[in-house]
Amino acid sequence: MSADTSSAIGPVEGSVYDVDNPAPYIEAPRKRTGKTPRSTRGNFEMAAWLFMRLSGIVLVVLVIGHLLIQLVLDGGVSKIGFAFVAGRWASPFWQVWDLLMLWLAMLHGANGLRTVINDYAERANTRLWLKGLLYTATVFTILLGTLVIFTFDPNIR
Amino acid sequence: MATPVMDKAEAVAKSQASPYITVTFRIRRFNPEVSDAAVWEDFQIEIDPKERVLDGLHKIKWDVDGTLTFRRSCAHGICGSDAMRINGKNRLACKTLIKDINPEKPITVEAIKGLTVLKDLVVDMEPFFQAYRDVMPFLVTKGNEPTRERLQSAEDRERFDDTTKCILCAACTSSCPVFWNDGQYFGPAAIVNAHRFIFDSRDEAGEQRLEILNDKDGVWRCRTTFNCTDACPRGIEVTKAIQEVKRALITRRF
Repeated sequence: MSADTSSAIGPVEGSVYDVDNPAPYIEAPRKRTGKTPRSTRGNFEMAAWLFMRLSGIVLVVLVIGHLLIQLVLDGGVSKIGFAFVAGRWASPFWQVWDLLMLWLAMLHGANGLRTVINDYAERANTRLWLKGLLYTATVFTILLGTLVIFTFDPNIR
Repeated sequence: MATPVMDKAEAVAKSQASPYITVTFRIRRFNPEVSDAAVWEDFQIEIDPKERVLDGLHKIKWDVDGTLTFRRSCAHGICGSDAMRINGKNRLACKTLIKDINPEKPITVEAIKGLTVLKDLVVDMEPFFQAYRDVMPFLVTKGNEPTRERLQSAEDRERFDDTTKCILCAACTSSCPVFWNDGQYFGPAAIVNAHRFIFDSRDEAGEQRLEILNDKDGVWRCRTTFNCTDACPRGIEVTKAIQEVKRALITRRF
């Protein structure tokens, strides 16, 4: 068969398949037994999906309000300084606003990146490392930001 | 404007001219007995542009190169055997006319993505059908069998009418970028067929199917890229069906 077949499909690169070296096989989807299958991770994926929608709606208000106050209203960006930040964080309202924005934006972004990693990283090891890096960075940023908001000292020199 | 006589003469000349044009088919060939590398091969054939891509493949297989391998059964858009990637888009070769896909340029034909290619345009459909079986695509009821038909109102039937049209060709699932990644996602076709029973008023296992699709590889992996809706040769609103399953998962429980 070799001469005719190989000329019909043009020049051949790569190794030849045989019984010991079969063509790559795509793993079949999860195998299921039993009548009432329990999902492996509970409802985490649904919670994550819902969180993205709800936090997105809240973030639109928080972020646009934040941008307006910081960059547009009352003199724009030139008014921002240590005194301005100290003045805002003196009020619990703005503390809560910024805290909420920090947590929601970080978790929203981290969850988005988690799905991107799930969708694009093909090897289990790559996923593990990328997600580890992502979670570490997220936790660090959230904790540091929270610490700053609560322990901010306007009299610092 | 020309005279009527000349128009007639032109028309006669046109009708006598050959309807055939030369079309280049650029086909992704793969033969595991020869090589693990797939190669593009060009075939130039004479074909009427009103014929279908499947007719072109037949012409090549029957007259040019008998080793070309592809699936087709009914050849009329019902059996769903000949879904393939034609000019970069998943379509049924038997429902795609040559004239509709610009025959001036080479027509690329390759196997659908995300499933193991066995030879040329034939893929291993087993992961696809496994996902289909996993959603229990059959009527489940409790109690005694009725002595008459299970009656259903026209409105109740209309609720899932769109998803009854699926022919399991895998054009949607193999166009889904989430399915391309690791093939563990249930895929649009399985969800469409679950939708067909979840929203059937006669069926009583909707809750069970919803729980299956609540899996981490279930509906929540859908990114609503609409590739499936674009690919469906039956015009099923696939993404909408997936979203309805998501909504049912949330609203039926809370």
